[in-house]
Amino acid sequence: MSDVQDYGSNLSDAALSRKYETFSYLPALSTESTRAQIQYIVDKGWNPGIEHTEPENAISNYWYMWKLPMFGETDVDVILAELEACHKAHPDNHVRLLGFDNFAQSAGASMVIYRGVSV
Amino acid sequence: MAKQYDAGVKEYRDTYWTPDYAVQETDILACFKITPQDGVPREEVAAAVAAESSTGTWTTVWTDLLTDLDHYKGRCYAIEDVPGDDTCFYAFVAYPIDLFEEGSVVNILTSLVGNVFGFKALRALRLEDIRFPIAYVMTCNGPPQGIQQERDILNKYGRPLLGCTIKPKLGLSAKNYGRACYEGLRGGLDFTKDDENVNSQPFMRWRARFDFVMEAIHKAEAETGERKGHYLNVTAPTCDEMMKRAEYAKELGAPIIMHDYLTGGLTANTGLAQWCQDNGMLLHIHRAMHAVLDRNPHHGIHFRVLAKVLRLSGGDHLHSGTVVGKLEGDRDATLGWIDIMRDSFIKEDRSRGIFFDQDWGSMPGVIPVASGGIHVWHMPALVNIFGDDSCLQFGGGTLGHPWGNAAGAAANRVAVEACVEARNMGVELEKEGKDILQKAAKHSPELKIAMETWKEIKFEFDTVDKIDVAHK
Repeated sequence: MSDVQDYGSNLSDAALSRKYETFSYLPALSTESTRAQIQYIVDKGWNPGIEHTEPENAISNYWYMWKLPMFGETDVDVILAELEACHKAHPDNHVRLLGFDNFAQSAGASMVIYRGVSV
Repeated sequence: MAKQYDAGVKEYRDTYWTPDYAVQETDILACFKITPQDGVPREEVAAAVAAESSTGTWTTVWTDLLTDLDHYKGRCYAIEDVPGDDTCFYAFVAYPIDLFEEGSVVNILTSLVGNVFGFKALRALRLEDIRFPIAYVMTCNGPPQGIQQERDILNKYGRPLLGCTIKPKLGLSAKNYGRACYEGLRGGLDFTKDDENVNSQPFMRWRARFDFVMEAIHKAEAETGERKGHYLNVTAPTCDEMMKRAEYAKELGAPIIMHDYLTGGLTANTGLAQWCQDNGMLLHIHRAMHAVLDRNPHHGIHFRVLAKVLRLSGGDHLHSGTVVGKLEGDRDATLGWIDIMRDSFIKEDRSRGIFFDQDWGSMPGVIPVASGGIHVWHMPALVNIFGDDSCLQFGGGTLGHPWGNAAGAAANRVAVEACVEARNMGVELEKEGKDILQKAAKHSPELKIAMETWKEIKFEFDTVDKIDVAHK
C-alpha cells in the first residue's frame, strides 16, 4: 500500500482541484506552444476570440467577452497582444482563447492561456 | 395496351433484372454480396434478391395486374465481381422510395434484410451498403442533439471526449458502483458508462443505480468545476419500462442516457431518440449483437449499414470499434464508417468499402465511440485516427490503474491533452507518440505509472472481415 499514491482533489481546495477544460491537466502552455496553438487556430480558418472569468465561475457557458471575436485576424502577434491586454486588465481571471468555427457553429478550439487565481 | 394475365412461374430476371435502368435520385440503393448455389446464373439470383426484397413472390399472381408493378418493383441494375473472391458477386438493387414508410428504418430493413436472407437459391447473402436518398433522410428524426450541441451542453471543445465503462460489468451494489463512477469522474473523465448488460438486476436495481450515480456526478462536478455525465442505461424489457427509466433520469437532471439499439430494437430506439430530442437529453448507443450480424464477410449486414441505420433512427454516440484495441475492426473500413457517422456528405470510396455517395443534408452527426481493450499507450494513435469529434473509452485502462480510478482517469486525461497539444503543434502523433507521452509523464506520476503498467500489452490478431481486395 505504501506504493499507492493518493489522488488528492477535494471540494475545499479550489486551487488544487478545480479544472477548466482542455489543457487544464497539463502544465501551463509554453510560449512556443502558445504561439503554435494560435497558429493552429489561424491555419484552420477559425476566428480567434478571447474570453475571461473569475475562476469560481468557470463552469458557466458565458464568460466575459473581451471586445469582439477577431474576425479574419491571422497575425499571431496581434492575437498574443490582445491576450496579454485582457490578462493585464483582469490579472486574477482565467483568460481563454477560442477558435470559432463558423461552419460547425462551435468552438473548434478552446484553451486557457492565462490561469487565474483560484480561491 | 394493358397486360394480360398469364399464370405460372416466370424467371425472376424477366421482370427484375434491368441493366439499362437509370437510377433515380430518390431511389434507395442497396449493394448485396451474393453467394449463389452452384449452377444458378448470376442475373437470375440477383433478380431474385431484388424481387424477394421488394414486390415479388415465386409465382405470377393476378393481383400484380391491379397495380403498376413497374412503379413499385425493386430492380437489379448492375452486377460486379468481388475482388479476390470467385464464390460471390455484388448485385446493385434500386428500390423506388414509394415502397417505404417515411421515417421508418424498421420498414426498410424489414424489406431489405427480410425473407430474402433465407432464400434457398442463395448459399449466403450480405447487405454491404445502402444509399439513403436525401429525400428519405429528411423524413427521419436522426440524432437527438448532434455533435455541436453535445459540445455546447458539456462545454468540451477542441479535444476528444473521455469515458470509462464501469467494471466488473455485473455484480456491484448501487452504492459501490456510484463510488467507481465518482472516482473516475473526479480524476478527469467526462463520462462514465453503464456496461450494456447492466439493466436492472437483483444485485442493483436501476433506480438505486441512477440515484447513486447522480450524486457521483454532482460531487465530481463541484470538485473539478467541469461538466460530467454517466450513460444511464435505460434498455429494458418493454418500451414502457424503458420510458419510465428515461423519465426518471431526466427528473434527476442526468445529461445523457443510453440504449442498446440492436437488442433493444429499432422501434424502441427511434421512439427514445425522438423523446431525447424533445427533452434535451443526449443518447449514447451501444451495439450489442452487431458482430452476429456484421462479422461474417459473406453473410449478414455490414456495420456501415448498421451505422447509417442508427444515424437515421437516432443516437448521439455509437460504438465504432477502436482499430487498435481488443475488438475486430479493419482500419480503412473503420475510417469509412466513422465518416458515415459524422460527415454531411460521404463520397463513394471502394478502398474504404463505401459503395455509394451518401448525402445527409443537415442531419446532425453521431460521435464515434472507441472502446474495448485500449490504454494510454494507444492514445496517440486514437487521437490521430478519430480526431476531436470522438469519445475514447478506457474501461480496464482506467479502473486497472495501480492507484485506482481517479489516478487512472487523470493519466488518460493528461495523455489525451498532451496528444492534442502536440498535434496542434504539427507533431506526427503515431510517429512521435512515445516521446509525447514520456514528456507528459514527467509532470504526471499517474501517467508515468500507467505507462509502466501497460507497456507490453498488444492485440495483434488478424482481422476476419477485411475490405474486399484481390488478396489471394
